[in-house]
Amino acid sequence: MSKLINNAAEAVKDIKDGMSIMLGGFGLCGIPENLINAIYDHGAKDLICISNNAGIDGFGLGKLLNKRQVKKMIASYVGENKEFERQMLSGEIEVDLVPQGTLAERIRAGGAGIPAFYVPAGYGTEVAEGKETRSFNGKMYLMEEGMTADYAFVKAWKGDTKGNLIFKHTANNFNQAMAMAGKITIAEVEELVPAGELDPNQIHVPGIFVQKIFQGKDYEKRIEFETISE
Amino acid sequence: MSLTKYDIAKRIAQELKDGYYVNLGIGIPTLVANYIPAGMDVTLHSENGLLGIGPFPKKENVDPDLINAGKQTVTYTEGGSFFDSSLSFAMIRGGHINLTVLGAFEVTDKGDISSWKIPGKMVKGMGGAMDLVAAAENIIVATTHTDKNGNPKLKKECSLPLTGVNCVKKIVSDLAVIEITEKGFKLLERAPGVSVDEIKEKTDAPIIIEGDIPEMNL
Repeated sequence: MSKLINNAAEAVKDIKDGMSIMLGGFGLCGIPENLINAIYDHGAKDLICISNNAGIDGFGLGKLLNKRQVKKMIASYVGENKEFERQMLSGEIEVDLVPQGTLAERIRAGGAGIPAFYVPAGYGTEVAEGKETRSFNGKMYLMEEGMTADYAFVKAWKGDTKGNLIFKHTANNFNQAMAMAGKITIAEVEELVPAGELDPNQIHVPGIFVQKIFQGKDYEKRIEFETISE
Repeated sequence: MSLTKYDIAKRIAQELKDGYYVNLGIGIPTLVANYIPAGMDVTLHSENGLLGIGPFPKKENVDPDLINAGKQTVTYTEGGSFFDSSLSFAMIRGGHINLTVLGAFEVTDKGDISSWKIPGKMVKGMGGAMDLVAAAENIIVATTHTDKNGNPKLKKECSLPLTGVNCVKKIVSDLAVIEITEKGFKLLERAPGVSVDEIKEKTDAPIIIEGDIPEMNL
C-alpha cells in the first residue's frame, strides 16, 4: 500500500474539529511548515495541539493561534509568542504546561504502548497537583501518563516511500517521538527518495510509524535568534 | 565590588572538571562556556538534542537546523552528536549530566528554587528547567544576590511557584559563593571587596560563617 501522497492539503483533508494533533519541532527548528499551513487553510477548529512550543506571532503554530483554531495547547515553553501569552492569561485558550522531558517521555511512552511511568521532574511543584506520587529508593517521583494523538505532523530532512525518516542536526527534537505517537502520522520531508536509497543504518524513524509521506516545498526555516561570531 | 555577570560566569567555570558533561541555562550560565579552562575536556549539552555545543557560527555557516535550547544558532564540536528530545532527557533524568547551571528568581536555604513563573505576569512555561533540577546530581545557580529592586533572592521560602525542591547545591552570585548544606546557607567565598556583613544583610535567611571567608580568586 502506498504511503505517498501529493501534498499537505491531501494529508489534512480528513481532520475534524476537536481532534488532537502533535506537531514536531523545537522553537521554529524542524517544524512541519507545510502541514501547519495546510491545517490553517483547512480551517479545523477546537484543536488540541501538542507541541514543545507555540511558534511565534504569525508563523508556525502562531498562525493557528491567531486564527483561533486551537482550543487547548499542551507545551513546555510558549515564551516567544505574545498573542499566545495574551490568550493564555485571559483564559481564552486552555493550556497545559508540561516539563519538557516529561512531555517528550509522555509522547515516547504513548507511542511505545506504556500507559504511565514515574519521573522526578515537578515533584513538590504545582505540576504535581492531583498526581500520584511514590518513593523509589528514597527519592520522590510523580506518575505521568503516556500520550497519543489523532494525528502527528512531523518534518524530516530525508524520507523514502516506505516512510523511513532521517533528521538533520537539531531538527529531530520532538519529531521522532511524535512519529511513534500519532494514530495517523504524516511526514513531510525536504527530500523524498524511492525505498532503498536511504542507508538503513542511518534511519531515525522506521517507516512502520509513518502512515503518509510527501515531499514538502517552499521551506522558510525561519531563525528565531540568529547569533553569529565575528 | 559586586561581580559583573562575566565574573560570575568565570567563577562558575572553576567548578568544572575534566570529562564533565554540562548543561548551561539561558543568560549568565551560557557565558560559562567562554571560561572553560584550556585543555579541559568539557562537553556542553543542549536539551533540544545536541551534545558538543560549539561557538556561534560565522555568518556564512548559519544553519536553521542547528540551534541551542535558547533557539540561538550554534555550531557543534568535533565528536558532537545529535539525538531526539526523549533521549536528551534520558541523559538528564538518568543522571548522566554532571553539572547543571541555571538562573533563578529565588533560592531557599533548603535548595528549593523558583525560576519559571510569575503568576499573572510571566507565564512562559518551565521548558526543561524542572527536569534538569530534579535530576542533575550537581546544580549551581548563577544569579544576582538581590533583584532589581534590591530585594534578596536568597531566602527561607520561595514566594513564587517552585521549579524544584531540595535540589540546588551551590549559588554563585555577584556577592558570594554559598553552599547549601543540611543546616542551610554556608558562606564559602565573597566577591573582592564585599564584606561578610553586606552579604548577611542582603540575604533573607541565616548564613553559616566559619572562620575567615576568603575572597574569590578570579
